Amino acid sequence: MSIRKAGMTRKHLSDLVMKSIFRISAFASVAIVVLIGLFILREALPAFREIGVWKLLTGTEWRPGQNLFGLLSMIAGSGLVTLGAIVLGLPLALGCGIFMAEIAPAWIRGIVKPSIELLAGIPSVIFGLFGMVVLVPLVRGIDYPGNAGFGLLSASIVLAVMILPTIASVSEVAIRSVPDEYRQGALALGSTRWETIRKVILPAARSGILSAVVLGLGRAVGETIAMIMVIGNSVMMPTAAGGDPLGIFLSRARTLTGNIAVEMNYATGLHSQALFATGVILFLLIMVINSTARALMARSMGSSR
Amino acid sequence: MKSKLLEVVVLAAAVSLGAPAAIAQDEEITIVGSTTVQPLAELLGGAWEAMNPGVTVTVSGGGSSVGVTTIGAGNCDIGTASREITTAEMSRYPNLRVFTIAKDGIAIITNQDNPLSNLSSAQVRDIFTGDISNWSEVGGPDEGIVVVSREEGSGTRTAFEELVFASSAIITGLAILQPSNGAVMTTVSTTPGSIGYVSFGYLNDSVRVLSINGVVPTAANAVAGRYPIVRPLEMLTNGDPSPAVQAFLDFILGSEGQAIAVDEGYLSISE
Repeated sequence: MSIRKAGMTRKHLSDLVMKSIFRISAFASVAIVVLIGLFILREALPAFREIGVWKLLTGTEWRPGQNLFGLLSMIAGSGLVTLGAIVLGLPLALGCGIFMAEIAPAWIRGIVKPSIELLAGIPSVIFGLFGMVVLVPLVRGIDYPGNAGFGLLSASIVLAVMILPTIASVSEVAIRSVPDEYRQGALALGSTRWETIRKVILPAARSGILSAVVLGLGRAVGETIAMIMVIGNSVMMPTAAGGDPLGIFLSRARTLTGNIAVEMNYATGLHSQALFATGVILFLLIMVINSTARALMARSMGSSR
Repeated sequence: MKSKLLEVVVLAAAVSLGAPAAIAQDEEITIVGSTTVQPLAELLGGAWEAMNPGVTVTVSGGGSSVGVTTIGAGNCDIGTASREITTAEMSRYPNLRVFTIAKDGIAIITNQDNPLSNLSSAQVRDIFTGDISNWSEVGGPDEGIVVVSREEGSGTRTAFEELVFASSAIITGLAILQPSNGAVMTTVSTTPGSIGYVSFGYLNDSVRVLSINGVVPTAANAVAGRYPIVRPLEMLTNGDPSPAVQAFLDFILGSEGQAIAVDEGYLSISE
C-alpha cells in the first residue's frame, strides 16, 4: 500500500513538472511574439511621428537621401507579386491536392507527396538562384519595352513554385476530410468522378481550400531573399511601359520585405526607423492574413461535421 | 530520463561558455563595417595573425554607416568605411580618428556584348540619371540601357554619386538595385544592354570595363589622378588606438600591408 502510494506521488510530481515545463514553453512563444512586435513598434514610432502614417502609406517616392519615405510602390510590388504567384500557382497546387486526395493510387501518392514535401524544404535562396540564372534570361526573351528579365513576372513564377507545397498539402487534407458518404452518395446518383469532385467535394472542402490559399498568401508576402534576387529591387511604381495592362508584370518592383533586407545594413537614423515602420506594416499585413486563415479553418472544421 | 536531459543541458552550457573564455586570454581585434573593405581587412587580419600567434582578428561586414556608428559607440576596435566620413558623422562622434589605409577605384562596367569601350563622365552621369536611355545616343547599338546600381546608403553608391554627380542628381528609379558588388557583377554579366559600377577589387573578365574620358581604369591611372572615380578606404578608431590596434595599423600602413592591398587590386596610399 505504502509502496503504491509513493509510486503515485512520484507519478503525480513528474506530471506537475512536465506540465509547468510545457506551460513555460507555450508562454515563451507568446512572449517572444509580443516582444518582437513591441520592439519593432518602438523602433518605428519616431518614423510614424516624423513622417506621418498617411505619408508613409501613400507616398510613391522612397529616397532616404532626400528624406522621402513613401511605401506605396513597395506595397504595390508586394501585392502584385503575390497576386501573380496565386494566379500562376493556385491551379497547379489545387490540381496537385485533388490528385493526391482523390485520384492517385497509393504508390503514386507515395512518390508525389514526399516530392512536394522536399520542394517545401528547399531553402529560398536556392529558388532565388534558380530564378536568377534560369528564369530571368527566359523572361528577358519576351520582347517588351524596358524588359530586362528582372521583375514581377520572374518573381511571381519563383513565388508560385514556393507556395505550391503549402497550398497542395493543406488542400489535400481539406479534400480528404470530406466525409466518404458525400462521394458514395454522388456516385450512387450517377455522377461521374469529375462531377463528384467539381460539384460535391470541392464545395464541401471550400473553406479548407480557402485557408490553404490564405496560408500560401502569408508565405508569399513574407518571402524575402528569393524576391531580392529576381525582382530588380527598383524603387518605382510598377507600370506597363508598352500600354498593354498585362505588361505591368514585366515591370521591375520592390517588395516590403526586400526594402528592409536591401537597405537595413546601411541605414541610420530616420532611414532605419522608416525601415522598422516597413516592418510594422508587414507585421500587420501578416497578422490580418493569419487571422483570416484561422477563421476560415475554424469554419471548415465546423462544416465538415 | 530527466537527469540525463539535465546532463545534456549542463554539458551544452559548459561547452558554450567554455569556448569564448579560451579565446579571451589572448589579444582580440574586432573590425566592423564596409563590405568593400571587408575582404581586404580579412587578408590583412590573416597576415597579422600569422605574424603574431595569440592575436585574433575578427572581421564582420554591415556597411560603411554601420562601421561608423559601431566604432562611434565604442562597440568594436576598428570601424571601416569605403567613403569619406561625413561632417555630420564627425560632429556626432568627435573622438573618431581616421586612417586612410588604401584607395579604391570604381570602374564602370557593361555587358560583354556591348561594343562600346569609352564614355565621357557627362555621358555616364546622364545614363545613370536616366536622361540617356538608349545605347545609340552614345554611339552604341540601338538597344535599351539597363542601369544596375547599388542600394541607397551603400558606400560604393555614395562615393559613385559624389564623384560622378557633381550636383544633386539622382540615379534613375528604373535602375535594378543589387545589394552587393558581387551581385552587380553577376547582373551586368548576364543582362544584355546593362551598365553598372563596382569596386576595382571585384573586376574580372565576365564584364567589359569602360574607359572614362579616354582613361583606362587601372591602378596606375588612378594613383596618378588621371582616372576620376577614386575613393578612400578608411579605418576608424574611437580616440587614440590601443597599443595592439596601433601595431596592427602600423603594419597595414607599412610596406607589407600596402603590398597586400595592391595585390588585391586596391591602390596604395604611399604613392
